Amino acid sequence: MAQWDGLLQGSADAGAGEAAVAAVSARGLSKRFGDLLAVRDVSFTVAPGEVFAFLGPNGAGKSTTINMLCTLLLPSGGAAAVAGFDVARQPAAVRRHIGLVFQDQTLDDQLTAEENLRFHAVLYHVPAERVAERIGRVLELVALGDRRRDLVSTFSGGMARRLEIARAMLHTPAVLFLDEPTVGLDPQTRALVWEDVLRMRDEEGVTIFLTTHYMDEAEYAQRIAIIDHGGIVALDGPDALKHSVGEDTVELATADDAVAERRLRAAGWQVRRGDGAVTVVTSDGEAQVARLIGVAALPVHGVHVHRPTLDDVFLHYTGRQIREEHGERQLSGRVRAFHARRR
Amino acid sequence: MTVPLRAGPALVADQSPSLGEELRTVGMVWERELIRFERTRTRILSSFIQPILFLFVLGYGMSTLTPTVNGFDFKKFVFPGIVAMTVVTTAIFSAISIVWDREFGFLREMLVAPVSRGALVVGKCLGGATIATVQGTIMLALAPLIGVRLTLPLVFAVIGCELLMALTLTAFGVAVASRIQRMEGFQVVMQLLLFPMLFLSGALFPLSGLPTWLTVITRVNPLTYAVDPLRHVIQDAQNLTPQAAARFPVGVSLFGTTLPIGAELGIVSALAVVFLALALTGFRRTG
Repeated sequence: MAQWDGLLQGSADAGAGEAAVAAVSARGLSKRFGDLLAVRDVSFTVAPGEVFAFLGPNGAGKSTTINMLCTLLLPSGGAAAVAGFDVARQPAAVRRHIGLVFQDQTLDDQLTAEENLRFHAVLYHVPAERVAERIGRVLELVALGDRRRDLVSTFSGGMARRLEIARAMLHTPAVLFLDEPTVGLDPQTRALVWEDVLRMRDEEGVTIFLTTHYMDEAEYAQRIAIIDHGGIVALDGPDALKHSVGEDTVELATADDAVAERRLRAAGWQVRRGDGAVTVVTSDGEAQVARLIGVAALPVHGVHVHRPTLDDVFLHYTGRQIREEHGERQLSGRVRAFHARRR
Repeated sequence: MTVPLRAGPALVADQSPSLGEELRTVGMVWERELIRFERTRTRILSSFIQPILFLFVLGYGMSTLTPTVNGFDFKKFVFPGIVAMTVVTTAIFSAISIVWDREFGFLREMLVAPVSRGALVVGKCLGGATIATVQGTIMLALAPLIGVRLTLPLVFAVIGCELLMALTLTAFGVAVASRIQRMEGFQVVMQLLLFPMLFLSGALFPLSGLPTWLTVITRVNPLTYAVDPLRHVIQDAQNLTPQAAARFPVGVSLFGTTLPIGAELGIVSALAVVFLALALTGFRRTG
């Protein structure tokens, strides 16, 4: 009980006093499975209230890392702390202070939304007198208050996922771990899920640690660690990462590209002659478009501004493109089909 | 940003759950089993079909072969065995929920929670035992149809026997289920174990005067010691004449002496402890 009170205070006073304790920190974290080094010498720090993403292809070591941080796997080397507790030496304390949303659904669909939450509240030691209030609160945060008495088997995939996020927040964790939170969801539902996640961060002050292989999902993070072959190859904010691989390019298709090239170069721009267009390399390309057209002083047929994407970043650091892996939901597909048969 | 790896709260001891938190977990896991049971009405009804068939088809059929002795017949003899059968089947199959939970991911929600595996196992076993006892007790409603006399103290004694039997068999089921990954596997193992154990337990025939090989098997079968106390308390309340009691004997003789009912209950309790320990080790290894 005491630590529950302390925890509540802790999240309310974020930024004061003990704010120096990182939400998550890892030093030289490694995991070996036989001959395979699944995670090698990973170090990073996540500040309280941050949204931090592990971006990488399937099999890069994302889930292994998250499992070590959640005390589901013992590290082979290095150390990690979550909410100030050592993952190897204080696993019970770590588990009390984290919320977990796994890639595959872990709800009991024979129970109602409320019953699922009540079960979780007891297993995570939410004081009895606070259970009803917390259930109401988290359901309201994910806008499922009107479905609380419905069986989870009647929920869509997106609703079930939002309920899982609500459940993971029930015991006011310091860190919310999301393992591939929107795999298998359509883009619209994905956006809804993210609205809920960010609302949790804003209103409950929770730190978000997620793994993903979706570039657009990583964009929600304040900092991204790109992980490949078990190691972090780059770690920075999305914009800084994009800047690190190159500047924006502005393509101008003009009435006379040769003249345009000469005039732009004379004005001091870095220019390349492309196929049916001149390409100008510059920072903040969109803001420069009007000036470039003014300098060229020619009729312009087309303008295209390209800013490096996380795809470019990933390609730059790993030499490969992240592939959308097909069939990764096959297992849960099978489980669902099995379930449908049971009814 | 440099942040100390371990600071502040890291200096305190690990926060293992308190006894109160563990008991609350046991209660919640138990309650979930009951909620799920109550929600599957068709399964509740279908689980009565088999014992009722056994009771009426086997009971009436065999009654023509074994004559009625002073008003006591085979139907009345087999009735406690059928009640035990209902309890045992329900108890063992309630453990199947662990395999379901594994397939549907809910097991993970339980295993990552900051609670001990022991609290989860005990909650599961008590839940399954409660359900099995309820099913067995509902079967008592058929007693008047067969002519078995029930009194309130008798019903309480029966419930006590059922609870102990149910707890032992649920723990047995959980011990098996926690070591099995797939639904099909559990069903195969259970069919292979359950029916021989039921048929060779004395649920359906008296245990005295059997050929030696059958005597040995029935005495090794743990179910024998769970079924007999139930028959004992029911038959004792039926005012059998000495001739009827000789024709339909109760009790398990071991090495020439008839075991007192307390010894039988002691054996079943010891088995409950063993199976609970096996269930716990099985659950500990589960990832």
